[in-house]
Amino acid sequence: MSEIPLIELEGITKTFGSGAAAFQALKGVNAEVSYGDFVAIMGASGSGKSTTMNILGCLDVPTSGIYRFRGTEVQALTRDQRSLLRRRYLGFVFQGFNLLSRTTALENVELPLLYRGENKAQRREAGLKALDMVGLVPWAKHTPAELSGGQQQRVAIARALVTEPDVLLADEPTGNLDSERSVEIMELLTELNRGGITILMVTHEEEMASFAKTIIRFRDGVVERVEQGAGRHAMHDAGMTV
Amino acid sequence: MFRIFGATLLLSLREIRRHLLRSFLTTLGIIIGVAAVITMVTLGKGVTASVQDQISSLGSNVYIIFPIRNERGNPRPFDQADVDAVANQIAGVEVAAGNVSTSATAFHNGQNWASQVEGVNSEFLKAQSIELTEGRPFTSAEESAGQNVCLIGPKVVEAIFVPGTSPLGEEMRLDSVSCTVVGVLEERGQGGGGSDEDNTVMMPLKTVQRRFTGSDDIQFFVVKYDASYSSSGIQTSLIDLLRERRLLQEGQDNDFNIIDTAQVNQALGAATGALTAMVAVIAGISLLVGGIGIMNIMLVSVTERTREIGIRLAIGALAKEVQLQFLTEAVVLCCLGGLVGIALAFGMSFGLASAIDVPFLFDPMINILSFLFSAVMGIIFGYYPARRASKLDPIEALRHE
Ligand SMILES: Nc1ncnc2c1ncn2[C@@H]1O[C@H](COP(=O)(O)OP(=O)(O)OP(=O)(O)O)[C@@H](O)[C@H]1O
Ligand SMILES: [Mg+2]
Repeated sequence: MSEIPLIELEGITKTFGSGAAAFQALKGVNAEVSYGDFVAIMGASGSGKSTTMNILGCLDVPTSGIYRFRGTEVQALTRDQRSLLRRRYLGFVFQGFNLLSRTTALENVELPLLYRGENKAQRREAGLKALDMVGLVPWAKHTPAELSGGQQQRVAIARALVTEPDVLLADEPTGNLDSERSVEIMELLTELNRGGITILMVTHEEEMASFAKTIIRFRDGVVERVEQGAGRHAMHDAGMTV
Repeated sequence: MFRIFGATLLLSLREIRRHLLRSFLTTLGIIIGVAAVITMVTLGKGVTASVQDQISSLGSNVYIIFPIRNERGNPRPFDQADVDAVANQIAGVEVAAGNVSTSATAFHNGQNWASQVEGVNSEFLKAQSIELTEGRPFTSAEESAGQNVCLIGPKVVEAIFVPGTSPLGEEMRLDSVSCTVVGVLEERGQGGGGSDEDNTVMMPLKTVQRRFTGSDDIQFFVVKYDASYSSSGIQTSLIDLLRERRLLQEGQDNDFNIIDTAQVNQALGAATGALTAMVAVIAGISLLVGGIGIMNIMLVSVTERTREIGIRLAIGALAKEVQLQFLTEAVVLCCLGGLVGIALAFGMSFGLASAIDVPFLFDPMINILSFLFSAVMGIIFGYYPARRASKLDPIEALRHE
């Protein structure tokens, strides 16, 4: 475990719009996530979970406050520098799957490697390996339209994993799935976390949150409470503090 | 960057194939523009070549002088004295030679053939640079005596003479006049007036005047001059001399016309230049409209694929990589349009060239230039949409329905 935490948020605020229409979605968020943690972010609708996720994922920058990722102050980086950070360390799973339609599962999974400049053979090998982790090798040649919701989400997870990221960010990864599929996805995430990947996940469901080691509860743009999660299926503890 | 470019190229082709009709309609402006430019340039070259060919058949540094109407009445023909005066009195004139022609039926070997009869002396052959493939020109004795000797064109040989045997020394008849073949003319093709120069029988000027036209008139005469003299100087002297000989008063128009092959050449150059400029303007407008079409469809494509762009940005694509993708698509689209235009132009110029009977002269340069120009169009008109795609905010793009 490194001395500096993986993620540090200090007094993060985010204001959308300006003037009379300005709306402060985050009002001073402080948090810390260590390497190897499995964090569930919970809170009422509109409490700022997705906004926080976008900032954590370097897709957006805070209006004020400091966000350190592996010690680097993200808010000071340019757009392209943040892209490079995403490319190198982060894997994303979106609520709506967000796969490219008309493109096979394998091609979707290979996509991030393209932007890393890997050649076709390397892409193919890593893509199949990632699909294998989510058990979808037989569906490699299928397009998203030919896959079920659960399968699509697993393709999205494979795409997030293909670059062997340090961190997997998932905004409501089970939001579109029935509970049986949801549990399957959570088991997959747990297994990945056990393999060493730090996971941050937004969820509305206590059942899904119970898979996490840490639960961060949001309320009106601030962190209300941090709890120790049940860590279901987690075989061993990894250190974490908030 | 290079690998991304390869993958981007495939992606572009896939996108174009997915919207085949739309892509085709979009590139129509470029297809038509490119096809128009290439066709016009190719045909222009063919036309110029064919007209120049006809002009050079008249000989270089040559005037052709023929009578025309003026306010005094119908054209008055020249006679041999006029031709001799020009030849003797104007400095710089090398040869002046008259021509009188009519049509007649040629008979030989039991066959007949409609042909032209021209009365000329050997000076005329010299001025027009007409060569013989066999035999000899008329001797001055034959010319001054007006003997029945003739030079025959290749068409006449083909029509009524026995193949494989030389017509030299053979007797033939033109209407009721018989003559002895002393030479065969080279092949010359179409004449300046569209007449067939190969379907002709030449006899000494005096013979034709005496036996066919029945007068001393000369229909036109050619003047070959020394290229080291100024053409305009000679023309002035010519006009002065002929006006004097034809008793034209001050203020009366010339009742003759002088065609200068060098001037015709120049005029032709100017005309084709103007035509080319006009085509360039039309093609430019068509390409501009085509380019705007490309820009429009690329903007539509960026909007349609906002979510895709969001995904690419979210998984780590750089702004310039997204820009490259859309720029490549625009360039590929334009290049495909350019290729279709080139193919179309090839077919059109080939067909039109044979329809208007000019040579088809394929010009690789204009084809390459047009293709490169299409690619540049893609860059110019694809730049803004591509830039717009690269500037999208990933979060908003992902939220886009
Ligand atoms: N781009 C934006 N412009 C204006 N307001 C925004 C924007 N994005 C989010 N907000 C507002 O910020 C607040 C927090 O939004 P956020 O998406 O983070 O909530 P959330 O906790 O993810 O909610 P949910 O559970 O419904 O997804 C909301 O009130 C939302 O309306
Ligand atoms: Mg949300």
